[in-house]
Amino acid sequence: MRWLKNPASDTQITHGDRLWLYIVAAIIMFLLVVPTFIVMPMSFSDSQYLEFPPEVWSTRWYNVYFESSKWMRATVTSIQVGILTMLVATPMGTLAAYALFASGHRASKALFAFLITPMIVPVILVAIGVFYAYGRVGLNNTIFGLVLAHAVLATPLIMIVITSALRNYDLNQERVARSLGATRVKAFFVITLPQIKFSIVTSALLGFLTSFDEVIIAIFVSGGKNATLTKHMFAALRDFIDPTIAAISTIMILISTTLLLATQFIDARKK
Amino acid sequence: MNASVSEGEGLNEKLLKNQEVQEQRMLLGLATPAVLAVVAIIVIPVGWLFYLSFLGKDGGFSLENYQRMIEYKSYARTFVTTFQVSILTTIICILIGYPLAYFLAMLPERLAGFFMLAVLLPFWTSLLVRTYAWLVLLQKNGILNDFAMSIGLWDTPLKLVHNLTGTLIGMAHIMLPFLVLPLYGSMKKIQRDLMYAASNLGASPVQAFWKIYFPLTASGMVAGSLIVFVLCLGFYVTPAVLGGGRVVMVATQITAILENQFDWGAASALGVVLLVATMIILVAATKLMKLDAALFGKQ
Repeated sequence: MRWLKNPASDTQITHGDRLWLYIVAAIIMFLLVVPTFIVMPMSFSDSQYLEFPPEVWSTRWYNVYFESSKWMRATVTSIQVGILTMLVATPMGTLAAYALFASGHRASKALFAFLITPMIVPVILVAIGVFYAYGRVGLNNTIFGLVLAHAVLATPLIMIVITSALRNYDLNQERVARSLGATRVKAFFVITLPQIKFSIVTSALLGFLTSFDEVIIAIFVSGGKNATLTKHMFAALRDFIDPTIAAISTIMILISTTLLLATQFIDARKK
Repeated sequence: MNASVSEGEGLNEKLLKNQEVQEQRMLLGLATPAVLAVVAIIVIPVGWLFYLSFLGKDGGFSLENYQRMIEYKSYARTFVTTFQVSILTTIICILIGYPLAYFLAMLPERLAGFFMLAVLLPFWTSLLVRTYAWLVLLQKNGILNDFAMSIGLWDTPLKLVHNLTGTLIGMAHIMLPFLVLPLYGSMKKIQRDLMYAASNLGASPVQAFWKIYFPLTASGMVAGSLIVFVLCLGFYVTPAVLGGGRVVMVATQITAILENQFDWGAASALGVVLLVATMIILVAATKLMKLDAALFGKQ
């Protein structure tokens, strides 16, 4: 227990003095992480009611999930929309971030604020507005409509990631390339892009997840055979506690954890 | 001879300046797809709702949708609930988030990166999944009630979900990262030398914390709290699931109006009020923060 008497910082405070902080932080972190992950063991229960720990272990609810055409179709839709959103939003957001950063035009600050609005306007308002507007042009229940709306939600996040990457990068390198005869486009692709590629991958994953996890717009705008996983999950949650959701949740947690660890790994490689 | 050279330079300068402005414009043009997408998905639809909110039943201009909000008790109750839930969630997040951010900021870089995962993991996990997890944990025969009863904390199962308690627990869990991340950022910017100077001048650690450290984290805390508060105002999923119909917030009522009455005017008006409230808070806060920066010096 000598550790407790060691100084925690260069001032006089010892680890013992800070013990309360370590305990409080440990409890908070426990409450942040465990409630979500406890669903995973529960999903392997054989019972109709969710128990922890399960009395009889089984993959019953996974079978229900994988054998249900409704859940399978919704999963395919969600993944499809997620990937398409990523493919649309990543170049769109990266281009916009680069444009506003490199141009230095008077209007770029205002434009940045404008492009960030999807983060500020309450999503419920966007959802009903888009639902109404799509009703007029026949885009409700289409993959295209959902991807477009999700791409707009993802763009600000992508722009923020890319802009912070550009801040750590010296744009003069592009000028050097151009003074040596490269065109603007070539300078971007050969000099800038390779140096911000890790941030682009991170932002792309963020874009996928934004769409994959999105609930409210999906509730309104997706439907029929193009209903997303989250739409069906939300409907199931409002009615009763369906253990199938625990199985689906487990799969979703695994996906998001994998993506997060991937970004952390990328971050470590960057340094 | 001299005159003509300087004249030529002046001309060149002008030409270069023009070229630069042109290039800036061309670069801005790259943002066109994003701008068009935001116009299509945000500006037009929200503008349309704005227009609908001023249409009366007869199709002409009217304020009846807004008048109803003042006259009907159910609207007042919704607004009160919305503000109540948002304020309480923000306070809970500050009380829980501050010690956590402080703990993370004190750690050496590598450990901080590891423990930061505790904040980032929930942040990256679907909000629906997290809401579901709380629903399972907090229900009458759920783990929390079972556990508390087995160690004798309470005798009969408490009602922890489908009410305000459940909503607040779920919302605080979901909002916490939005507070911790900016707060952690502002804590990391504080120069350790300031703390040494304070203790060198005779301040006790507690004094040094409240006089030096805490004021320097105020801007991060205000920024984080604002994000939490504004996000709470428009929140839909968690109150709808964990509130079980008893916690009616603005977003819940908007969908209820559309589902039950299909009244676009009323739903739009409620949405417009929500947007305006959000905007006022954000604008007021940015003004306030500037004042803050002027008072305490740039951070």
